[in-house]
Amino acid sequence: MAYAAIADRDQEHHLHDPQTFITKYIWSQDHKVIAIQYAMTAIAVGLFAMGLSIMMRLQLGFPDSFSLISPEEYYQYVTLHGMIMVIYLLTALFLGGFGNYLIPLMCGARDMVFPYMNMLSYWVYLLSVLVLMASFFIPDGPTGAGWTLYPPQAITSGTPGSGGGIVVMLVSLALFIVAFTMGGLNYVTTVLQARTRGMTLMRMPLSVWGIFVATILGLLAFPALLVAAVMMLLDRLIGTSFFMPEMLLMGVQSEHAGGSPILFQHLFWFFGHPEVYIVALPAFGMVSDILATHARRNIFGYRMMVWAIIAIGALSFVVWAHHMYVSGMNPYFGFFFATTTLIIAVPTALKVYNWVLTLWRGDLHLNVPMLFAIGFIFTFTHGGLTGLFLGNVTVDLPLSDTYFVVGHFHMVMGVSPVLVLFAAIYHWYPKITGRMFNDTLGKLHFWLTLLGTYSIYLPMHYLGFLGVPRRYYANGVTDFIPESVQTMNAGITIAALVVAASQMIFLFNMVWSLFKGEKASSNPWNATTLEWQTPETPPAHGNWGDKLPEVHRWAYDYSVPGEEHDFLPQTEPVHTGAIVHRDLEDFKE
Amino acid sequence: MNVTALFIALGGAILLSVLVIRRLRTKPWLEKGPIELEDGASGVPAEKVGLWIFLAVVTSLFSSFIVMYAERSGYPDWRPLPDLQLLWINTIFLVLGSVAFQRARVASDRDNFTGVKMSLTAGGIFTIIFLVGQVLAWQQLTASGYFLATNPASTFFYLITGLHGLHLLGGLWVWAKTISKVWHGLESLSVTQITGVRLSIELCSVYWHYLLLLWLVLFYLFSSS
Amino acid sequence: MAIAVVLILLVVGSLIFHFVSPWYLTPLASNWSMIDTTIDITLIVTGIVFIAVNLFMAYCIIRFRHKPGRKAHYDPENANLETWLTVLTSIGVAAMLAPGLLVWGQIITVPDDAMEVEVVGQQWHWSFRFPGDDGVLGNVDIRHISEANPFGMDPEDPNGQDDILIANPVLHLPIDQAIKTLLRSKDVLHNFTVPQFRVKMDLVPGTVTYLWFTPTVVGTYEILCEELCGLAHYAMRGKVVVESQADFDAWLNAQPTFAELSAQPPGDPVAGQATYTLCAACHGPDGQGMQPLNAPKLTGQQGWYLRRQIQYFKNGVRGTQEGDLFGAMMVPIMAVVADDRAIENVVAYIETLPSEPAPATVTGDATAGKDLYRTCSACHGADGSGIWALNAPRLAGMSDWYLVRQLQNFRAGIRGAHPGDAYGAQMRMMADILADEKAINDMVAYVNTL
Repeated sequence: MAYAAIADRDQEHHLHDPQTFITKYIWSQDHKVIAIQYAMTAIAVGLFAMGLSIMMRLQLGFPDSFSLISPEEYYQYVTLHGMIMVIYLLTALFLGGFGNYLIPLMCGARDMVFPYMNMLSYWVYLLSVLVLMASFFIPDGPTGAGWTLYPPQAITSGTPGSGGGIVVMLVSLALFIVAFTMGGLNYVTTVLQARTRGMTLMRMPLSVWGIFVATILGLLAFPALLVAAVMMLLDRLIGTSFFMPEMLLMGVQSEHAGGSPILFQHLFWFFGHPEVYIVALPAFGMVSDILATHARRNIFGYRMMVWAIIAIGALSFVVWAHHMYVSGMNPYFGFFFATTTLIIAVPTALKVYNWVLTLWRGDLHLNVPMLFAIGFIFTFTHGGLTGLFLGNVTVDLPLSDTYFVVGHFHMVMGVSPVLVLFAAIYHWYPKITGRMFNDTLGKLHFWLTLLGTYSIYLPMHYLGFLGVPRRYYANGVTDFIPESVQTMNAGITIAALVVAASQMIFLFNMVWSLFKGEKASSNPWNATTLEWQTPETPPAHGNWGDKLPEVHRWAYDYSVPGEEHDFLPQTEPVHTGAIVHRDLEDFKE
Repeated sequence: MNVTALFIALGGAILLSVLVIRRLRTKPWLEKGPIELEDGASGVPAEKVGLWIFLAVVTSLFSSFIVMYAERSGYPDWRPLPDLQLLWINTIFLVLGSVAFQRARVASDRDNFTGVKMSLTAGGIFTIIFLVGQVLAWQQLTASGYFLATNPASTFFYLITGLHGLHLLGGLWVWAKTISKVWHGLESLSVTQITGVRLSIELCSVYWHYLLLLWLVLFYLFSSS
Repeated sequence: MAIAVVLILLVVGSLIFHFVSPWYLTPLASNWSMIDTTIDITLIVTGIVFIAVNLFMAYCIIRFRHKPGRKAHYDPENANLETWLTVLTSIGVAAMLAPGLLVWGQIITVPDDAMEVEVVGQQWHWSFRFPGDDGVLGNVDIRHISEANPFGMDPEDPNGQDDILIANPVLHLPIDQAIKTLLRSKDVLHNFTVPQFRVKMDLVPGTVTYLWFTPTVVGTYEILCEELCGLAHYAMRGKVVVESQADFDAWLNAQPTFAELSAQPPGDPVAGQATYTLCAACHGPDGQGMQPLNAPKLTGQQGWYLRRQIQYFKNGVRGTQEGDLFGAMMVPIMAVVADDRAIENVVAYIETLPSEPAPATVTGDATAGKDLYRTCSACHGADGSGIWALNAPRLAGMSDWYLVRQLQNFRAGIRGAHPGDAYGAQMRMMADILADEKAINDMVAYVNTL
């Protein structure tokens, strides 16, 4: 038995009990410490990337008033902002941070199954971040190839950082992939092998489902990026021609011949599209649990939610070329990929419906995590619907490579997951730290973030309709771009500054509450899932004291009719004696 | 296009393998009480599951290489490599290595200590011979003018065989740790440690079979273009 | 509660924004009204879902927010409801997908009577090629590309001899004629976009991609590159002029063929020397330039650049802007230069003159200038010697005071504003990087050290 296997092991050589400060907080193998290390690093590097975006916005909003950055720097910041946000912040924080924290606690395990590898995963991740940051200190600076790193441009002169920056970037990505693989093996194996007694797959909270499937996607998709990175490194360093055709560079014919840039794009997006869901699925899962808890109601259509997560995960491997409709690939691919892409909209839409239906006939406690979760439904609906424009090959044609794309992916992949991250941080903050956050500051943070980001990204869609191209350092004099666009750009920049400033409120709240916040009870939201049932808050090393929890029911027994309390923890034994047997249930169907 | 076909197959396989699990159709809110887990989880050590997942990752990695190889080999500048007879000999040694590990596993299951010792040693030595043979193959290639950057065909060859070799080296590391315990004699080991050695032998055999299979696919790929 | 009100306001606000926004699709100038129709369909379907989902959510929040004594409903799922929602969503998706696929079928099927024109992209410039009388484009190869043969035409290929080469980034097209553009890149990825035509496609080095459309409205439209192609990506611009068939024919006939261009004899320095006497008065007998007369150094400058500037002065592209006092002085003098032949000769003569670096006159912080010059070096070269392939003239060793003045002119819109000066327009965008006088002086001071 899975739980028995873990329990046996405990008797043999216990968990690595930390002795010193170093082994407890730094060189730690405790999943909770590693989670916090991951989260701190990811948030720090994310703040840095937000700073980069502010520099870019100042250039775009006020091109004549500030001469803060040159075109090189602009493209370098564009690249690093995108790469950091997608990989080093979102992927790391959702999986390395929340995956690490929640999987063992929600499954009822004492730790990850391979704690040493888990620790290594963090340190290699940190190394990848440091390597990435090092690219700011090399002569050329970091790469300015755009986060998609398309060759030939990424490795030819004429692009900033094509000397050293791109090499550093690719090495850093390779390290990240190694780190992710070590972590990912842990997450998947822990979910499969270390669940406690009674925790069947269909009793797992959706957070675990989302993280679990996302990790599988990551494990299968990241190797494609690794292959692309290795091949491009060889093109760059030893002059092979995997992706490099015959071409002219600065008036001189290059040494390369015969390669195809489109091959790289296929590899990149075979990773790149699942990557969207590597970020989105954990967000889907976590927001489901947060909504259910604060709506005091079971998540609506749990089975459908699980199936949708799996279906979306599987489909995400067959839609990648919708990023390449105008790439010059075989145009007949357009039919196939437009179809698969729009099919993926169906399970995604069902998830949205089920979130809203969870609110319907609920008992909504509109506290800070709940507000962020509702904000997520709004922004995700918006971002998902604009995805239907870009996924449909014909409609994509005029909109591709314009600000519509920028608006779309920031809504769906920037704002929405980040709102879930905030919801999750506020939601689990009492468990992680043992203290409550400041409610007023949390609400202020929410309002500024939601309204601020919407006023940044909604207008961008319309600039995109007009045809304003993305990745332009300046628009210059362009006939079809009226003066009003510049005014709008200035407005967007101001909104971006407000959003950035409001994140300081968040940081302040987190730090301040850590010391001055009200002491939290072990289950302040009256939630059902296991992590709220730990004997100590914050959970101690080993999580569960002497005895592993035993699971008696699914994760969503909120407001069960006839019960005194409006929630029944998963560990709560059955009172009525009305045990329904699975086999019997199958028979009835 | 074969890229698409492969990826669709991959996606479809994931979908099917998961969806066919009837378990996902249960209605969890109707089930009460501490149900015993009847998942595949039961009794399987985490290390074993971890290895299988790792093999899935390795498969994905090499699939990407194979697809790229197949695509790129269709371009006009592709210059196929000369036939290397040595690779046949190397293949034989890797097969022998895999067989030896299988024998070690069987011996371990039957508590045949001497058998474990012999087979395990043989398996490692065959593998080392394979790796030496691969390096010799590289030397033959460079001697005939195919360097790392000569042509995509040669780059792919060095890259993919090198990566395959690295995976074997990783396996040899586990092998070295295991065999040092075996040679020290099992008397000094506790029961758990012996269980650990058994598990290591089992996992090594799985890993070696996998890498053999992978090598056969790669060998076919190299000789077919 | 506030959140419900805000949700309603956000929905209403988004709708208002949609209808009052001054930014929407540019007026269509091609046959692709069907693309606009698919956008409209998508907008309607997604708009309805957006409104419905969010208003329902707002309703739920108002109706079911926590009150003492309220208990949530317990219903794990509702198979009927979920089935209905799946079916409805599928219908909505099909309503968007089906027209999309139908139109896509037309987008990738080029009509037989389409006129072919090749669009050539390179860092950071567009050029074009028409197949000429035989209707067949000649072979090209990167290996043939040189300053004299920027298109890389195969000199041996008979099909290429009558190809009409448009080196300027301005493409003329006849109205109501289906056009098939063959897209070719010399270096990295680019993307050929004219927003008013709706369609776009990447240019991929090593292969030729295509696109087709029928221009339907007379006018001048901008060509933008929409695939990140390096530092000056945002300055890679061109123009399409859509005009009547007669105007188009007249324009096309005036353009040179490959055979004509390659038959041109090189300039004759001896004949050019006579013409140069005109120039010598200000630029000095040795072309070394004379600052008191506001005449920059000519020697050492690349021939193609001198040729282009003389043509600009002669054709009123340069020297006609208000504020360009010294440029204006060039206009009457250049008007005397008889024809292209004479220009060719005088340029050839200047190229024979020995070049000494001009004395430094500008003072600035060369160290600070080095950072600024990084951007410039992408085109003008790290050593400032200029790169013909990027249309970037020599800077190092040329008159530094002249560089300063031209940079000021670019920044002030005095130079580069004329519609005929595509390269100047590019430089105008780039010169904006230099924020003020000091930045210009620093940068030029650095150029003096090269």
